[in-house]
Amino acid sequence: MKRELPLTIAFIAGIAFIIAYFIPHPPFNRFENWFSDWFAIIAAFAIWLGALNLMKISFIKIIRKKSDWLHAILIIISFVIILFFGFYEGYRGLHADPPFSFRDPGTSFDWIYVNVYTPLSATMFALLAFFVASASYRAFRARNLEATLLLLAAFFVMLGRVPVGDIITGWLPMEYQMSQWASWIMNVLNTAGQRAIMIGIALGLVSTSLRIILGLERAYMGGD
Amino acid sequence: MKVKELLAAVIIVLFFLLCYFFSPKPVQFSPTVSVVVIILLSLAFVYVFIRTFQGKFIGRRTVFVFVGVSLLLPFFMQFSLPVLISPEVRSVYDALEELPPGSKVLASFDYDPASAPELQPMADAFMKYAFEHGLKVIIMGLWPQGPQQADQSVQAAFAENPGLRDSIKYGRDYVNLGFQAGNEFVILRMGESFKAMFPTDLYNTPYDSIPLLKNVSNFSNVDFGMNFSAGKPGTVEWVQIASDRYKLPMGAGNTAVQAPMAYPYMKKGESGRKQLIGLLGGMAGGAEFEKLTKKQAKATTYLLSQSFAHMVVIMFIIIGNVAFFREKKEKE
Repeated sequence: MKRELPLTIAFIAGIAFIIAYFIPHPPFNRFENWFSDWFAIIAAFAIWLGALNLMKISFIKIIRKKSDWLHAILIIISFVIILFFGFYEGYRGLHADPPFSFRDPGTSFDWIYVNVYTPLSATMFALLAFFVASASYRAFRARNLEATLLLLAAFFVMLGRVPVGDIITGWLPMEYQMSQWASWIMNVLNTAGQRAIMIGIALGLVSTSLRIILGLERAYMGGD
Repeated sequence: MKVKELLAAVIIVLFFLLCYFFSPKPVQFSPTVSVVVIILLSLAFVYVFIRTFQGKFIGRRTVFVFVGVSLLLPFFMQFSLPVLISPEVRSVYDALEELPPGSKVLASFDYDPASAPELQPMADAFMKYAFEHGLKVIIMGLWPQGPQQADQSVQAAFAENPGLRDSIKYGRDYVNLGFQAGNEFVILRMGESFKAMFPTDLYNTPYDSIPLLKNVSNFSNVDFGMNFSAGKPGTVEWVQIASDRYKLPMGAGNTAVQAPMAYPYMKKGESGRKQLIGLLGGMAGGAEFEKLTKKQAKATTYLLSQSFAHMVVIMFIIIGNVAFFREKKEKE
């Protein structure tokens, strides 16, 4: 039963979605709606599960004094603080007249979001620029034909996507300026490549989905 | 070494705190100073080039300094770069222009603060444009932080045009439905019923009590869809379900990294319909949209920094390759 039940649910849900796509009328569309609602509910629970799992892992790390256990303390403190202010402002907002949301401008939750979370997230993402530059200097070499083509494409797109590219090639006719080259690469070469990748992924997805629906692929259940 | 790094970090933080608290007005370089800064930066590159050519590679910390300086200094410069409008951005703008006042636009904010520097400027420009042109905006998010980013855009529009604060009313002119978990299944379900996924708005107001949503039950009651996305779920999912299956006309704003994935959807099919009408790609797309909406703001400012950073990366690629070929020749 432990194996049969998930297999049955996967089979029914998969078949329902396939039929509903081709016959979007009652009763098939109702099945699709039910399963979509289920998914939304499961996804909402998954968020809590993820948060609680993070707490569990962090507590274990602290208790067993594993590497970076000090970071785990920071995680727990941050989690508790943001959770407290979220619930506090949510409760206050529900009982206010007019009601407001816990994340409205002016709330303490919003203050943390704007002044702590936003700059920290942006900083983490911005570090990418530094690593890209460093990697470009050390590793982006025209070692063979493929690497040279990639390098040339990067050169034209990087220059063409910012105005400075057109300033450099400003003496050329409009159709030969850098932005036009970048646009051509994106619209022709990139689109062709992306389509090929998309079709490949779609074919792979279809075959994998069919294997899951038919119960041939069981890795998603864990274990074997 | 760690003490030195810590000391450098403390000095940098102290410098910026001093600038923040004691600078009477924002620092702006004159054009002459800006040119001098650019010349100095170029000379530094020549020095790096010569050293690399001699076989002496510079350390990654030096590369970091170059990138940091090239990103930071343009904020103090007063150059304005010419922004050319690409067809992808023009298409989004034209589609919005064609909407008569009172049209309903569904705006999904599918990004978080990490991508906000790139996406927030275009979202701000879109929101201000929508409010000024009488478009009714239905806000939602497939990312938990999305609706809060949308709130920031609403506030930015009010701050820039204070008249909107009085004329635009929540519930009548715009509504924030908040975040719903479920990724693409949320879009799929919205094809049948918005209310099923969003029974209340962000303030727990029942769906049926919101005047703007009176006659809105699914995508067929919405005139245009706009998606600001930094990944999955995002533009690809919106196009595949809302646009392709439910025929919702859609435009999108993406991070530069994600934009290439959206290009195949902008080609006309046999029916003559585009799955994605247009795309605002990265900072450049944001600056172009700002130019079209006559709101030259953050994206236009940041574009100068991005131009410098791109130039720096290209210079490093060229220098690195020159050194590579020199080494190769020596070995031969």
